[in-house]
Amino acid sequence: MRHLLSSADLSRDDVRMLLATAAEMHEIQRRDVKKLPTLRGRTVINLFFEDSTRTRSSFEIAGKWMSADTINITGKGSSTSKGESLRDTVLTIDAMSVDCLVMRHMASGAAHQVSQWVDASVVNAGDGTHEHPTQALLDAYTMEQRLGSLEGRRVAIVGDLTHSRVFRSNAITLRTLGADVTLVAPPTLMPSGIRSWAERDGLHLSDDLDAVLADGPDAVMMLRVQRERMSGGFFPTPREYTVGFGLTRERLRALTDANPEAVICHPGPMNRGLEISADAADAASSLVLDQVSAGVAVRMAVLYHLLAGEEVTS
Amino acid sequence: MPRADDQQPAAADVPASGAPRTVMSEADVARALRRIAHELVERNKGAHDLVLLGIPTRGVELARRLARLLHEVEGVEVPTGALDITMFRDDLRHQPTRAPLPTHIPSEGVDDRVVVLVDDVLYSGRTIRAALDALADLGRPRAVRLAVLVDRGHRELPIRADHVGKNLPTSHAERVMVRLSGVDEVPADSVSIALGETRAGRPSAPEGGNR
Repeated sequence: MRHLLSSADLSRDDVRMLLATAAEMHEIQRRDVKKLPTLRGRTVINLFFEDSTRTRSSFEIAGKWMSADTINITGKGSSTSKGESLRDTVLTIDAMSVDCLVMRHMASGAAHQVSQWVDASVVNAGDGTHEHPTQALLDAYTMEQRLGSLEGRRVAIVGDLTHSRVFRSNAITLRTLGADVTLVAPPTLMPSGIRSWAERDGLHLSDDLDAVLADGPDAVMMLRVQRERMSGGFFPTPREYTVGFGLTRERLRALTDANPEAVICHPGPMNRGLEISADAADAASSLVLDQVSAGVAVRMAVLYHLLAGEEVTS
Repeated sequence: MPRADDQQPAAADVPASGAPRTVMSEADVARALRRIAHELVERNKGAHDLVLLGIPTRGVELARRLARLLHEVEGVEVPTGALDITMFRDDLRHQPTRAPLPTHIPSEGVDDRVVVLVDDVLYSGRTIRAALDALADLGRPRAVRLAVLVDRGHRELPIRADHVGKNLPTSHAERVMVRLSGVDEVPADSVSIALGETRAGRPSAPEGGNR
């Protein structure tokens, strides 16, 4: 594997190997000395054209704990704000002989495009409304820690599917691991073309959250309502969204009644009171902080498998 | 993604003249381990403060067996764990990556203890070098010792074993295969030699396993 651009590039064996590695890396987090020599001499550039707290910091920590030199470049502070094109920016960085570019960009397909320009390995840390593969890996990892194997487990993904790269990567990875996936969204936030994808990959679609929760899924993943991508018209008011698709206190109770073991995930940052109530976010069944904790371990696993082994020429 | 590709070549790859030759039987392995257990106690003047750390895969099984023997000899439960060295290897760039195996440090820790590293075959010494680095990140043992079932020579680093089951002169062109019941799908323990090079310090997968 030279790049990690899409969850669809990962076979079941790939995912299993990454999650097994992450489990061992997670153990490092509990040690006094959180440092491995594995990536000594490698340089990892975090190139972020969109705001991010957890993804960028966890990639940075992951690189540092494995002894790679990690540098952050953000869109705002870089030459792109002087009008430099994306191609020139990444070629400039690549010319410094870096080993890995971890990239977040507002354009779907940006990471894929960049991977064709540079010699470095490229990790897609979120491209527009397309994919966010490391998030899907850490979500799968977190759910497996609590639920065991995801084979046959029922997972509901709820919210703004149209603008969600997290959902796209998650749906792919969960299917790769054999989970049974139901997508829940208001009709206005169902992406176009979802029906043919759902038919091909065996995803279920619903616009009735209450019915899905009453079925007692093993995990419910709430997606963030992305105010920055909303140019109006998807739902009348935030209040209306909460009534239809928020994980409210009442819905949390309905879920727990239907399946006491059910867990709740959210990729963060949460809009408390909008898509998720404080009761649900802070419930014992909420894995939100476990997800963050797993983020570093999963990204260590990804960097290790991309950068540590023998040079792949492709 | 590169796959963990460290399976021993199948028997069919070995030239007919290089059919595996058994050099230790199950009884030999058992006797060697029993002697090592006695040596450990003698050298340490008892089993107190000992911690056994096996290097995956087969070192972990050998450490477990030594702990059992130490219990028979001294009546003491010796803390036993596993120390994976994958992330500390110096030849990561020369092969596909593989998932690391579990590291398990007994709750007693390693600080001020006498840690005995246990492995099946001592060859280049690079695995042990990596293990010493891994150990340094976990604490500061009072002393570190090394027990191996087979020492086949050809060291590339200034490293030696304190306790050796069998010294086995070999050439680089030979492979030493340790098979342990409980790890490999074999009815009985054995150590054998066959023609066909292995990369020094490369842990081999359990027979029949799919790692």
